[in-house]
This record gives sequence, C-alpha cells and structure tokens, in this order.
Amino acid sequence: MDNIAGKKSSLTWAVHISVVALVLLWIFPTAGLLISSFRTTEQIRTSGWWAALFPAEINEVFRTADPGETRIERDGLYVVEGNFYVDEGRAASADAVAARITVWGTSSRDISAYEAGETADMGDGETMTVQANGDYVWSGTEEQISGRGQRVFATAESPPEFTLGNYQTVLFDPGNREGMAKAFFNTLTVVIPATIIPILIAAFAAYALAWMDFPGRALLIAGVVALLVVPLQLALIPLLSLHNDIGIGKGYLGTWLAHTGFGLPLAIYLLRNYMVGLPREIIECAKVDGATDFQIFVKIILPLSFPALASFAIFQFLWTWNDLLVAMVFLIDSSGETTVMTRQIVELLGTRGGDWEILATSAFVSIAVPLVVFFTMQRYLIRGLLAGSVK
Amino acid sequence: MNPALQGLLTIIVGVGGCIGYFYLSNQFLDRVLFKPTGPNAGRNINRANAIRPWLFLFPAIFALGLYLAYPVVETMRLSLSNRVPGGGFEWAGVSNYQRMFEEDKFWEAVRNNFLWLLIVPAASTAFGLLAAQLTDRIRWGNIAKSLIFMPMAISFVGAAVIFKLVYDARPEDVAQIGVLNAILVQMGSEPVQWLTVPFWNNFFLMVVLIWIQTGFAMVILSAALRGIPEETIEAAIVDGANPFQVFFKIKIPQISGTIVVVWTTITIVVLKVFDIVFAMTNGQWETQVLANYMYDKMFRANDWGMGSAAAMIIMLLVTPILVWNVYNARKEMR
Repeated sequence: MDNIAGKKSSLTWAVHISVVALVLLWIFPTAGLLISSFRTTEQIRTSGWWAALFPAEINEVFRTADPGETRIERDGLYVVEGNFYVDEGRAASADAVAARITVWGTSSRDISAYEAGETADMGDGETMTVQANGDYVWSGTEEQISGRGQRVFATAESPPEFTLGNYQTVLFDPGNREGMAKAFFNTLTVVIPATIIPILIAAFAAYALAWMDFPGRALLIAGVVALLVVPLQLALIPLLSLHNDIGIGKGYLGTWLAHTGFGLPLAIYLLRNYMVGLPREIIECAKVDGATDFQIFVKIILPLSFPALASFAIFQFLWTWNDLLVAMVFLIDSSGETTVMTRQIVELLGTRGGDWEILATSAFVSIAVPLVVFFTMQRYLIRGLLAGSVK
Repeated sequence: MNPALQGLLTIIVGVGGCIGYFYLSNQFLDRVLFKPTGPNAGRNINRANAIRPWLFLFPAIFALGLYLAYPVVETMRLSLSNRVPGGGFEWAGVSNYQRMFEEDKFWEAVRNNFLWLLIVPAASTAFGLLAAQLTDRIRWGNIAKSLIFMPMAISFVGAAVIFKLVYDARPEDVAQIGVLNAILVQMGSEPVQWLTVPFWNNFFLMVVLIWIQTGFAMVILSAALRGIPEETIEAAIVDGANPFQVFFKIKIPQISGTIVVVWTTITIVVLKVFDIVFAMTNGQWETQVLANYMYDKMFRANDWGMGSAAAMIIMLLVTPILVWNVYNARKEMR
C-alpha cells in the first residue's frame, strides 16, 4: 500500500500540468481573437496577437510637414520643425508620444542609417534631425526646403497598446454600413420571442405527456424522441414555400415560427423528463382538494419546473442567437435590412477577409452575449445537458 | 412597423394567446361543453378528462407536425419531382438521385461526411473523457471545466472566425499573424495556406467542431464518472490495480452506456454540420459536406429536386440513430 501514496503525489503533479496544458490549448484561440479586437490595424498587420503583450518594433514611414506653409526662416536657413506623431494625430503632444524611435533613415534603401538624436547630412548643407520621440528639424536653403515634405523611414519601439477604437467603429459609427449595431438588434429581435414561445407551448404538452392518462401517450412520446434528431435541413424548402403560400414570406414572423417548431422536441423532451420526476403526492393532494388540471399546472407544476424551464431557455437562447441557417433561409431577404450577426460576420469574412481588426471585433460582439449567459447560467445549462441526452 | 415593436407585440400576442388558449379552452370544456353538474355529471367529468389532454397537446402537435413531420414527407415528394417553370411540379422518379450520383462533388461530400463521422465524435469523446477524468479530483477542476466547456456557447460562425485567425497565412516576407504559420516560420519552413491543402484541410475544419464538442462530452462523462460506485474503485486499488488499470478496466466499462450516448449525440451534430464549412471554405478545395452541398443546390443552383434528394440522404444517415433512440426510450418507459 505504501507505494500507492508515493505514486499518487507524482501523478497528481502530472494531472495538474496536463490540465493546465489542456485549458491553455482550449482558450488560446479565443484569447487570440479577443486580444486582436483591441489592437490597431497597424499592430495586427505587423505582428501576431501574442506580441501585443510585449513592446513591439514597428517600421514606419513618416513625412514632415509640407514646407510651403510651415517653413520658417532662421539664420539664413529655412527650417521645418514638428513631431511626426503629433502631425499624424497619433499623440496629443510631443511629451505624450509613447513610442520610441530607435533608428531611422531618409532613404528607403537604408532605413537604419542614423540613430535617434543624430543629424543626417543630406548634402549641400541640407540636414535632418530626428529625436526618439518623433521631434524633427529639417533645415536647408530655400530651394531644398520646398515642394513636398521630406520622407523619413523609422523603426520605432512602441509599448503594448490597446484600443477601443475597433468597437467604436463596429458598434457606434453611424456611417459604417458594415457595422454590427443593426445586426445586433435584429438578432435580439429574433431571439427573444423564439425563446419564450416554445417554452410555453412545450410546458403544457410536457405536462399532458407526464401526468395525464390518455390513449396514444407512449406513441406521442416516441414521436417526440424521433423528431429530436430530424435534421432541420429537410424543413427548409417545404416551409419556405409554405410561408410564401400563406403570405408570411421571408421575415421575423416566419423565423419565430420556424425556431419554435425546431426547438419544440427538445423542449417537450426535457420538460417531460423533469415533470415525471416531481412527487406524485403533491399532484394527487391537489386533485383531491378539487384543483383542476389547469390550476395544478399553473400553480404547482410550473413553479416547481423552474430549473428545467431555465435549462431549455438557455439552450434555445444559445441556439437561436448562434443560428445561421434558419436566419438565412427564413429571414434575410435581398434588401439585407434584416441581417443577423452571424450572417454579417460571414459576409465580412468574404469582403474583409484580411482586416482582422474588423473581423475580430465583429465576431466578439456576437460572441460576448452568449458567453455572459454561459458563465452566469452554467449550472442550468449543465443540468439541462444531463437531462437532455437520451439515456 | 419597427421590428423591435413587432417583436414585443409578438411576445405579447404569442404568450397571451397561448395562456388565453389554454385557459379559455379549459373553461369552455368545463363550463359549456361538459358541465360537471346535472344528471350527467359523472359522465361529463369523464368526457372532459378524456378531451383535456388533447387541449394541452394541440399547439405542440400542430407545430411539430407542421414544422418537422410534414417537411419530411414533403421533402421526399420534392426529391422525386421537378419544378416546372411557371409553377407546379412534375413527377421525375429517381432522376434527381441519378443526376446527383453522377456528380463528383456529391461523392466528395459523402466521403468528407464519413471522415467527419469517423473522427469528430471519436476525438471529442476521447478528449472529453480525458478532460473529465483529469479534472475530476483536483481543486480547481470546476474552473478548468468551465473554460473547456466555454466554446459550447460560441457560435459555429464565431468559431470559424477564431480558427481562421489561427490558420491565417501571409506571404513569406511579412510577419505571420496566424499562430500555426508563425511556429512554422520560426522553425524555418515556408508558411502554408492550411485551408487550401486538399484532403488535409478537412481535418483543420474538424478541429473546430472537436474544439466545440469536447466540452459537451466532458460535462456528460464527468457526471457519469461521479456516478460510479466508490466501492468498485476501492476494491480495484486494494487488489493492486494502478491508476491506468482503474481507469480503463473499472471506470470505462461502467460508463460505456453514457459514452455511446455522447457519441451518437455528437454524430447527429456532425451530420448536420453546415456553418463551419460554409463560413470557412464554402466547400472549396475539396471540403464539401452534405449539408453545405444541399444548401448549394437549393439556394444557389435553385435546384429543389437535387437539394431535396441531398436532404433525404442526410435523413437516411440519421435514421439508424433515430430508430435506436426511440427503441431505447420505449424500453425505458416500460
């Protein structure tokens, strides 16, 4: 027996380490997306998201201000002064520049010719000085300091930097036609009725299947179990033509009805399994006291079934929120006014495939709500899963 | 009308309608149709009680019938007929199926679906079992479980974006931002466009679903592992079994029923997988699967006959699990 104790401690370490590895592996992809959504276009283009946690080295191309308006005469020379970061609106003042220029050059062939603080001799007395914080002084004769501003190639080290700008663009920019705000509300409009209505219908049916005696009950339960696995792909064309025939067409009403129909088997199955487990005595006592089935259902069964109702509500919420197929077939028409978030993201994948800051942010906007629901209601979700898997 | 307002109205009408329907129909039954008073009181109560279950069931049966049962029959009919221009259908026999069987893309979808069916349920169940067993006895196991379970809440489309970033590839002279290619380049190789490498790209798509479904498998299997009687494990340890023997010879056999349930549930998810392929490759580079093939036929080619035929193939593949589930459910009820 004694070696079991010894083995156990070494094995425990192995267990801890493998669990850490497994968890890291599982959250790593999501973390990448989350961090990317807080980075600027430039940062995403030049380095992987894991680099966001460390200072980044970026190659930049700056241009001094155009001499025409800004040059001043000093000691017989013409001078243009300024700060690259302030000129480009990336910092409020020269003191607020977070990046540090390490090396720079005036030609694209030699971008690291000078160190910060050095003065470059550009020939015939024309000079350029660049400081680490982006301050520059460009001086020369009247002819040299004219036309367009001088280009400067710099390598800068910038500290980890995160921005909320992507969320600003994706959610609150009214001019952004690819924004998520409208899709967000459309999704919400689909989800809420599509979650509430099936619960109600299913609860009554589940009560009948659990506690009422009538011929054909077993057959109906078998039917529900069978419909649990019927692929909804079969329903697309028949129902779409049905909706067209009765005048609903493509729209919210049809989508709500479709989600209700597709969610019902699981709802009835979950709720029936739960209701069957409620103590028989309570229901019989109520019957003896003269309660009708309707009263029993509303006053006793419904409150007692709250955990099962919550489980199904979470399922249906996640499923309708994350759905793409039903929305594409039953909701989104050619005008695109009723697009939902999943559809919007697929569209962005096509049109903005390389713009990860937009993609990551849009995806995260759509993922955020289910994640909040998931982490706050996990208990009910797990209970529902355990009851819902056909034993 | 504003959709938000319309939604609110639908909730009110829907919920109010449901409650109103159930309440009023019960009232009607008891107060008007079969009054539990007068000379026929006894008979009336029995009659009312015979009808009442059907009042409770009617909306559900109606919705189930219209939205799930009827489409199965209708799809079958559509798969055997062709649309005539200008409306209407004509009987086409099995010609839709014949045309479908002649398409290479169909057989590619079938092959890929079988690959998915072989690998995703097995891998998800195995990872889920591993995670369940490892997290079972450690103190922060619940936090670990929640994090592995988290992808369950993420949509297939969201997951597709997440993994597209992982698989991202850029030209050789630019910094790689996809983690896989970053590792490759670090090791001195050239970056690879993972999703366009035929055959192997199927596996890169499967990883997404495995990543999502492992949490589900873990939660169910973890509950099953906790349900194993302690005595059996203690007896094995006393007899000198090492931890691996305990796991494989004592625990696994006792939860084999649950493993089958998890396996079949994931199998059904796999058969319906659509969003992941649609969002990541759209069936290009030989990654077609049946559900996406069907969508292609129905809504891009507008060929309802062949689309329905493809849907019937999915139905056919689901049927064994359907029968098995019904069989088990009936056995349990007896």
